Amino acid sequence: MNYNVDKKGYYGDFGGAFIPEMLYSNIDKLKESYLKITNESDFKKEFNDLLKSYVGRPTPLYFAKRLSRKYNAKIYLKREDLCHTGAHKINNTIGQILLAKRLGKNRIIAETGAGQHGVATATVCALMDTECVVYMGELDVKRQAPNVARMKMLGAEVRPVVSGSKTLKDATNEAIRDWINNPINTHYIIGSVVGPHPYPDMVARFQSVISEEIKIQLQELEGRDYPDHLIACVGGGSNAAGLYYHYLDDDRVNIIAVEAAGKGIDSGKSAATSALGKEGIIHGSKTLLMQTEDGQITEPYSISAGLDYPGIGPMHANLFRTKRAEFISIPDQEAMNWGLNLSKMEGIIPAIETAHAFAVLDIKKFNLNDVVVFNCSGRGDKDLDTFINYFQL
Amino acid sequence: MKNRIDEVFKNKKKILSIYFSAGHPNLEDTTSILKKLQSSGADMIEIGLPFSDPLADGPVIQKSSSKALRNGMTTEKLFNQLEGVRKEINIPLIIMGYFNPIMQYGVEKFCEKCKLIGIDGLIIPDLPVSVYKDDYKELFDKHGLYNMFLITPQTSVERINYIDKASKGFIYMVSSSGVTGVKSNFNEVQTKYFKRIKSMNLNTPTIIGFGISNQQTFNSASEYSSGAIIGSAFINFLETKGVVKINEFIKSIR
Repeated sequence: MNYNVDKKGYYGDFGGAFIPEMLYSNIDKLKESYLKITNESDFKKEFNDLLKSYVGRPTPLYFAKRLSRKYNAKIYLKREDLCHTGAHKINNTIGQILLAKRLGKNRIIAETGAGQHGVATATVCALMDTECVVYMGELDVKRQAPNVARMKMLGAEVRPVVSGSKTLKDATNEAIRDWINNPINTHYIIGSVVGPHPYPDMVARFQSVISEEIKIQLQELEGRDYPDHLIACVGGGSNAAGLYYHYLDDDRVNIIAVEAAGKGIDSGKSAATSALGKEGIIHGSKTLLMQTEDGQITEPYSISAGLDYPGIGPMHANLFRTKRAEFISIPDQEAMNWGLNLSKMEGIIPAIETAHAFAVLDIKKFNLNDVVVFNCSGRGDKDLDTFINYFQL
Repeated sequence: MKNRIDEVFKNKKKILSIYFSAGHPNLEDTTSILKKLQSSGADMIEIGLPFSDPLADGPVIQKSSSKALRNGMTTEKLFNQLEGVRKEINIPLIIMGYFNPIMQYGVEKFCEKCKLIGIDGLIIPDLPVSVYKDDYKELFDKHGLYNMFLITPQTSVERINYIDKASKGFIYMVSSSGVTGVKSNFNEVQTKYFKRIKSMNLNTPTIIGFGISNQQTFNSASEYSSGAIIGSAFINFLETKGVVKINEFIKSIR
């Protein structure tokens, strides 16, 4: 079975490009050119050079000794938290800014929730001397002041979004409206494997460097290039897509996706889309999303701003429906506890998003020789305030 | 049965079509707005099915949509309000809404309801032409519903011809690169685009929307197409003057 995107831009039942006509020419241009451009040798060279010298790749695949002993498995951490700007997000923004340049676009827009993708976008725009506008829900602007300051330092304009629920979903709407208003000079850098085709595939390809490196690193460390289990958190799902990418069709590899249960799946305050979502259209993509019976998109909740998106990328919706991946949801409390556990046991303070993935260790039992790879997708610096308040540090 | 949209485009010039968000300003305003619009001389009406995330709409329609939702508007509610409306309203009625609420209602059930009520067509901005043709055209045809498509200044000649072939009723010509909203006048680039489309002599009539707000923009839009659609300006009017004064608005345009 093929779990990757098909020629029409679908992953099984999910994906496609449900966009208003106003976006058609831009999306069509992107669809027609993204594979051609990203396969050109000068693109690849510039992309790989920047990933190496600017982002700091390859990121280590670290054998977590204490975790391994305690949980009776060979546990590895893919250290995306060591990337420049503190998370995997920059793999995608580097790729897209290089693409935007080749498409002749001189203005970049982006949406951001917690601010990580906004910072990663502002960073590459500074690097490439490009105008940058980041849309961020007014509520998030208040909650994520340090990242707002970072973006400003990097020269980006942060536009608070006051429409709808004033969070990530509305920031995405506003970015799309900006693109409708500025179709000629602007490229929209989406931050996750969401949105209309070709975005989910394009972003997944830029993030696929994660599993590409793991193959080489595991060969060296374990004498085989595949793990038994892959585990990542899923909001929109870009770090997970990068982790799974080269193993999607390898049935020796068990894939685990971890969503945010928030205050509990049935609490009405959750972001566990696979459990609570239904098939529908969000931001131009047919996928699973949280909505009312009447088809109005609802506001999700998670203590981690990076996971509270009401949908998941179409690739993940398909992995869920076909049962290729196992979906687990983790409540706030357990994720927060794992923020501490990982810090104390391995000396790594993870982002709260990332901490959700590790909580799987309390739920799943592994075999002694199982090779388990976690995507340590981001570092916890941005979450210090939340940790301080939560644990009264 | 003949579709009322064809009748209007055959018999009228300078067609004035009005958009409003169902459930706004008040939940139960729908039928009184329809009656007032017809008696004041509107030629066609687009009933907006409100959506939480209206991507192609500017601030005015975003606000009226979310207010309508807060007022309690749902798809079922709207259909209930529209039941029997054809006893009094004989101008074309079009439902304009985003695809997700229609999908959740069930596309087939939605079409059946529309037929029952006497809806003439739909405008679904985020349902792409190709998906419509492959998956839904048959269903729409079966229920006598027209599905109208948009073109924009960025739409290529090739695609305009493709859309023209796929179209029934009319083509909705978006006046500029942008979301819906109020503008006081057209610029040269827009007029050039209007002229370009007019000279293509398409099989399907066109009507211009987005940024039409007053007599001036309505008249100049009508020079290049069969008429114009007014949304945001009408919604602003409803907010300030209310349903009873609708005839004043229509008079100010005509």
